[in-house]
Amino acid sequence: MNELVFFLNNVVVSGAVAGSIYAMGAIGVTLVFSIMRFAHFAHADMMTLGALLVLALTTLFPEAGLAIGLPTAIVMLPVAMVITAIAAVGIDRVFYRPLRAHKVKPIVIVIGSLGVTLMLQGLIRLFAGTSAQSLYIAERKAIFRLEMPFELASRPVIITEPQVILFVLTLVAVVGLHLFLSRSRLGKAMRAMSDNPDLARASGINTDTIVAVTWIIAGGLAAVAGTLLSLDVAFKPDLSFFLLLPIFAAAIVGGVGHPYGAIAGGFVIGFAETLAVFNWSVLLRPLRDSFPTWLELPNNLALVGTEYKIVVPFFILVAILVWRPTGIFKGKVI
Amino acid sequence: MALLEASDVHGGYGGMNILNGVNIAIEADQIGVIVGPNGAGKSTMLKAIFGLLEVNQGEIRLRGEPITNLAPNKLVHKGMGFVPQEKNIFPSLSLQENLEMGTYIRPNNFRRMLEQIYDFFPPLVEKRHQPAGELSGGQRQMVAMGRALMAEPSVLLLDEPTAGLSPMYMNEIFERVKTINAAGVGILMVEQHAKQALAIAHKGFVLAAGQNRFTDTGEALLNDPDVAKSFLGG
Repeated sequence: MNELVFFLNNVVVSGAVAGSIYAMGAIGVTLVFSIMRFAHFAHADMMTLGALLVLALTTLFPEAGLAIGLPTAIVMLPVAMVITAIAAVGIDRVFYRPLRAHKVKPIVIVIGSLGVTLMLQGLIRLFAGTSAQSLYIAERKAIFRLEMPFELASRPVIITEPQVILFVLTLVAVVGLHLFLSRSRLGKAMRAMSDNPDLARASGINTDTIVAVTWIIAGGLAAVAGTLLSLDVAFKPDLSFFLLLPIFAAAIVGGVGHPYGAIAGGFVIGFAETLAVFNWSVLLRPLRDSFPTWLELPNNLALVGTEYKIVVPFFILVAILVWRPTGIFKGKVI
Repeated sequence: MALLEASDVHGGYGGMNILNGVNIAIEADQIGVIVGPNGAGKSTMLKAIFGLLEVNQGEIRLRGEPITNLAPNKLVHKGMGFVPQEKNIFPSLSLQENLEMGTYIRPNNFRRMLEQIYDFFPPLVEKRHQPAGELSGGQRQMVAMGRALMAEPSVLLLDEPTAGLSPMYMNEIFERVKTINAAGVGILMVEQHAKQALAIAHKGFVLAAGQNRFTDTGEALLNDPDVAKSFLGG
């Protein structure tokens, strides 16, 4: 039974963690695409920016969380979300809106966002340095060891406090986003603008407001994803940047411009990664005695080595683009 | 004072003028119809009024107030509604959500107007939760007009509302236009079906090459042998 626990730890928990992070990043990418029709490359660095703000606030008030019993970083997260959202709106006003006003092709804005990404990376390194820093300053990371109720399982399923918080926040974000898009006037106007921007304008919808709301949601969720990722690992200025391409893969796999698709795509990519690097011989080992003698069980039966994990999202991405270019949910073809 | 008045309007896309001095005027209780051959600038004129392309000479007034080159969302607040010829619905939104977008600027009117629109277009009621993109052409046109009417406009611009519809739906749409007008909404409509449209028009504007060729009451234009010979197919 320890093999099953190993599977739970390495595939189910890890996949759900990666999937939640990808999903929250991909929601932002897909919303920005559906409203402004460009691929926002600076999204990962908005995640890092959110985490950096949390790091700064936690350093300033290291004991703020003790009273509530939550990690200080989580207490600071709402503040960081607000600042990141404002920064996202500000970046749009300063860099992307002038480009849109010139009616440039989307690719020009994409290149602009690459510029923003490099600028943000520089600024983040300027303030945070290049080394890894823990977001736990006055506390220690709580780790839950869940003993399995089986006789044969001697090892626990291990899940950390930030992972639990990540799952809760992802659920809240998904439900909240669904209610916002399907019930609220602003959310419906957002879908309307994604469908037909000219008609949205002809209905009296202020498209500038919708653009700002899009950045607020994208920036807020980026701050959550970046912070929870840094809590799970540690704060590094390039940590989120390395997730940019899997996040884009998740958005495209789910169907670009489709928020529910982004969530589904995030978890597909997350679980695909952990399943691909999982060593399947661990699960087969208990059955070794029943194998014929000529069949030797290799020590490592992973589909790809951990160091090649990044291959997996792109393999899925290419497969989806070849066989179902609109993604799982029918998104807009790029 | 005219409800909507456009005098000597010049304009077009990116430097090339399509409109070379168009004059339009309708009163509050009137249906105005713009007809003319392809490329005459009929739809362009409607878009110019609704601020979708730049007017570089001339003036447009709504109840005497200059509205030349005002942005579409501002015009909606001033009581102007516009139904484009194509892409006139939100395909992934449900029928009812499409109508709701019509009252985006006055959300408190939603329930009251929704009832009116469903009374007005009864076939829409049972499809109200369907994505609008799955509706038939005639139903889409009703949704498109319904969305514009939800904002309670004082003047409604319709760009070829019967394009691509069967004769049965065409007559139904013309009947609806008359009823909307009878309820006190001024209508300015571009139409390919010139004869049928002029038959319900108080005023008709025959455009050619971006200028007024004939301007008169709908009836007078229908009976004018010159108009009939050149523009109504004899």
